[in-house]
Amino acid sequence: MSSRDLLIRGRGITKVFGYGAAKTTAVDTVDFDFHKGEIISIVGESGSGKTTLAKIIMGLLKESGGSIDYKGQPRVLRRHADRKKYWKDIQAIFQDPFSSFNLFQRVEKLLLSCIRLQGLKLTKEEQFNKMKEACSFVNLKFEELYNKYPFELSGGQMQRLMIARIFMLHPKVLIADEPTSMVDACSRSTILDMLLKLRDENEMTIIFITHDVGLAYYVSDTIYIMEKGQIVERGPAEDIILNPQQAYTRQLISDVPKIHTAWDLG
Amino acid sequence: MTTNILEVSGLKTYYKTRLKEKVFAVDGVDFVLEEGKTLGIAGESGCGKSTLALSLMGFYFPPLHYGSGSIQIHGRDIMKLSKEQLRTQISGREIAYIPQAAMNALNPTLRIIRFIEDIMKEHRPELTKKQVWDMAVERFETLNLSPKVLRSYPNELSGGMKQRTVIAISTILNPKVLIADEPTSALDVTSQKAVIKLMKDLLDKQFIRSLVFITHELPLLYHVTDDIMVMYAGEIVERGTAEQMIFDPLHPYTKKLMGSIIVPEEGMKGHKLAAIPGTPPNLKHVPAGCRFAERCSYAQDQCRENNVAVKEVDGRQYRCHFDTGTLKEWYANEQS
Repeated sequence: MSSRDLLIRGRGITKVFGYGAAKTTAVDTVDFDFHKGEIISIVGESGSGKTTLAKIIMGLLKESGGSIDYKGQPRVLRRHADRKKYWKDIQAIFQDPFSSFNLFQRVEKLLLSCIRLQGLKLTKEEQFNKMKEACSFVNLKFEELYNKYPFELSGGQMQRLMIARIFMLHPKVLIADEPTSMVDACSRSTILDMLLKLRDENEMTIIFITHDVGLAYYVSDTIYIMEKGQIVERGPAEDIILNPQQAYTRQLISDVPKIHTAWDLG
Repeated sequence: MTTNILEVSGLKTYYKTRLKEKVFAVDGVDFVLEEGKTLGIAGESGCGKSTLALSLMGFYFPPLHYGSGSIQIHGRDIMKLSKEQLRTQISGREIAYIPQAAMNALNPTLRIIRFIEDIMKEHRPELTKKQVWDMAVERFETLNLSPKVLRSYPNELSGGMKQRTVIAISTILNPKVLIADEPTSALDVTSQKAVIKLMKDLLDKQFIRSLVFITHELPLLYHVTDDIMVMYAGEIVERGTAEQMIFDPLHPYTKKLMGSIIVPEEGMKGHKLAAIPGTPPNLKHVPAGCRFAERCSYAQDQCRENNVAVKEVDGRQYRCHFDTGTLKEWYANEQS
């Protein structure tokens, strides 16, 4: 992996919420190196700070300490124009598809806004073809959907539509925050396959945020294990899952029901 | 000798749309649950799992309506009872139901003990508040839950704790059957384990006799339930023991479902996950043939033309045109 270009580098990232006695350190001096085309999973239980870290990488939250380099340069997000430029490269899929859509916008408008964000000037027909292509990539029929409101779609369809957005935008980095926890096992495999396909086609970096060690093992090259705001273990997926060093990692793995070994409920 | 605690035969329930169409979400379901056994129900979203669970309670609120069939608890047909009898004699005492996202249903302005007092007022009016308190503390202690929870408000509890509290409250009257609809899908793996442990405790200590567990997480079912039943488009397509269903599925749909399992074990990496193309049929216009035919890679003309009844082979039930030998041969060929 190290031969690949370094894309995002974080050193000593810290995020503190609250003041005085109510002070909570959600993310505690975290270092990370994400490379081009790498799939990374950040694994931890609820409240371990993984979503906060994702939001910092996204630029939705400001870090209290530490520095993030993007493409070798310190990341600047001061002005709106900077942020807009950054978000052309970095996109996210969130856990709850029901709350990531604007309820009052039809599907067509959602996809049109992607074209606008890229600043493309296209004719009506070109726009239509582009949206149709994106929808067919995720096995949705644009002709049936464009006129619908988000609440008329199922959870799996919504999540796939989110991936269609990603397909249109071709971001360099995708942050997927529990993208499959609200959908069933069948849609889960479809969604994961699509994301892996996107990585192969565009050399996209994907950062998975999940509590499911099994999922992390299946999709990722590198796994970061996060406990109480700190990264306790990081390394290639095989090493972490098959040969965990830390007690916390071992506990996480033992909490997942498996099919070839007994599940210790003790 | 084992007795059947729950017997469902030919159950059909439907949703009525605004245009007065009937959409059968549960379409002729038969199954038997023996005392002391646990049953898992698996399937895609929208295949009728939750509607089946809701129907088993005997309460029907529009747009859900009862079509036909019978539900017997210890030989007593609950569909023949009045609403009042259902509420006082069946619900909570014979069958307890934990709907999806039940933990969000706790009234945030009441302490946990108030929910228990509420149940007792209906079912055991002779108890004083003190007796209810003692009983609740005793129950929570037996289940390794801290009695402190009883004095807390719901917002003070974590998600996993809330879910465990809801389960403890709904089984306080020692119902015979507990129906749990996706009790763990909103929780992380560590809280999930705690919830599963609680349910095992309830079974071991005989507060409940049987469990119906609905989820799409198959590895979970493998460890929790004795039998697994797979539903597709309102019908049961296969039933067998957990062992058989995971390692030796018969129906092509079950086969695909089992192929989508993800576990942190060796050999998982690089393993191709099975994805099922297309979507389940629209239940407004169900196909004449096998309901899975459109998405099945083994489908032939006869599959599309007529549906097939459930077949029984060596104590296993499945719904497919082909016999077990043919199916197994196909699966073996596919693997090589």
